[in-house]
Amino acid sequence: MHDTHHAPARLLVADDNKVNRLLLTRSLELQGHTVASAPNGRIALEMLRDGGFDLLLLDMEMPEMNGFEVLEQLAADRALRDLPVIVTSSLEGLGNVVRCIELGAEDYLAKPVNAVLLKARIGASLEKKRLRDQQKELVRRFATSEVAQDLQQSGFSLAGRRVRGSVMFCDIRNFTALVESQAPEETIELLNTFYTLMFDAINGHGGVVNQMIGDGLMAIFGAPLPLADHAGAAVRAALEMVELIDLLGAERAEAGRAPIRVGIGVATGEMVAGYTGTQQRATYTCIGDTVNLAARLEAHTKVALRAILVDAATCAELGDRIVTERLGPVAFRGKALPVEVFAVPCGAPVAAQAGG
Amino acid sequence: MTDAIIDPVAFAELQENAGEDFVRELIDTFLEEAPPMLAELSDALGAGRAEAFRRAAHSLKSNASTFGAATLAAMARDLELQGLEAATPAALAALAQQYEAAAAELKALRDA
Repeated sequence: MHDTHHAPARLLVADDNKVNRLLLTRSLELQGHTVASAPNGRIALEMLRDGGFDLLLLDMEMPEMNGFEVLEQLAADRALRDLPVIVTSSLEGLGNVVRCIELGAEDYLAKPVNAVLLKARIGASLEKKRLRDQQKELVRRFATSEVAQDLQQSGFSLAGRRVRGSVMFCDIRNFTALVESQAPEETIELLNTFYTLMFDAINGHGGVVNQMIGDGLMAIFGAPLPLADHAGAAVRAALEMVELIDLLGAERAEAGRAPIRVGIGVATGEMVAGYTGTQQRATYTCIGDTVNLAARLEAHTKVALRAILVDAATCAELGDRIVTERLGPVAFRGKALPVEVFAVPCGAPVAAQAGG
Repeated sequence: MTDAIIDPVAFAELQENAGEDFVRELIDTFLEEAPPMLAELSDALGAGRAEAFRRAAHSLKSNASTFGAATLAAMARDLELQGLEAATPAALAALAQQYEAAAAELKALRDA
């Protein structure tokens, strides 16, 4: 069974106030993390430069070096600029909050820090860091070292290149009703669990999650690294995702909670792939008809009442390795001609992965 | 003001989140740390050090709200926002008095 909770992380608490420092350290240790602390920004920065920390919780008002200066130094440090920072402060004024975010802080929590919120935000930040680390690793592997370094330095928009791959969109069904049926903390917890499970299934099949969109996500198979059987990998990932969500739904039903369902659309074809984004947040993404079609298929799962829908190109590449069911042509908005839509029955037999 | 010196809901929440034994230790830390903050406020006022004054008020506000000492937190916040220019020795005396009340109640809660 998958562990849906986040692995313990190594956190640094920077706060000059002893009561705050002890309390925050304690709360984080109770959540299972390993925590070190620093009484001012200068010492915090030294500790971070020694390495090994996953996340920084930063107070703004500190002697010697305040939080704003720490954020500036982190942004200028190539080894540390992707480190997630959660600002915990009782600073007065929205202007200060905005300034923190502009300086690259991941999140802002007002003091006294609410324990539930703290847990949810740390979970989300660590997940995002994992995603960014993964993207950095992909840049390193797919580009020459000169390009990768250049990219990491400048965050420039890499000229797009045409690739053939498969795109997946996934969305939680009836999310709004789900949100209304439970406490906000439960929704945050559910989203964290959802993303953890989905990332796991997608990564496990060689895909890359490149965007999280509210209660959904977009993933690419076959770029930036070529993947021999991208359509097969995407559909296998989709089947595993549905299976995981079913398990999660069973757990929720036992606890008397509302069920959860997902819709997944997969399309295969040519697309233009490349990096976009700012210096701190480079994102690999794809554009083109294939991407639009995958999004339309995902939306159509609501109409077709099927969990997984794929296009003809995906279906053709699957051959007879995975059973599909032809649903017939559907007229999608923005498409001149009706599109053949196929459903992948869940629980269908999946042949062993093709050699490659 | 009819507010409780220590808001029982906020204090219970702190105990629940951090554990009762830990909160006892945390109260001791606060009782050690707060008097120097009050002294720093007076010194800063006398010497005209506006930034030190604001920072001491900020720290006191933050810690007071941690324990649910809402009135003390509100008084410290006023000092932080209005700054040195608007502060008077009388306002500091009132703050010190409110701190003594909060400290006495925290000691009682610690030893309960």
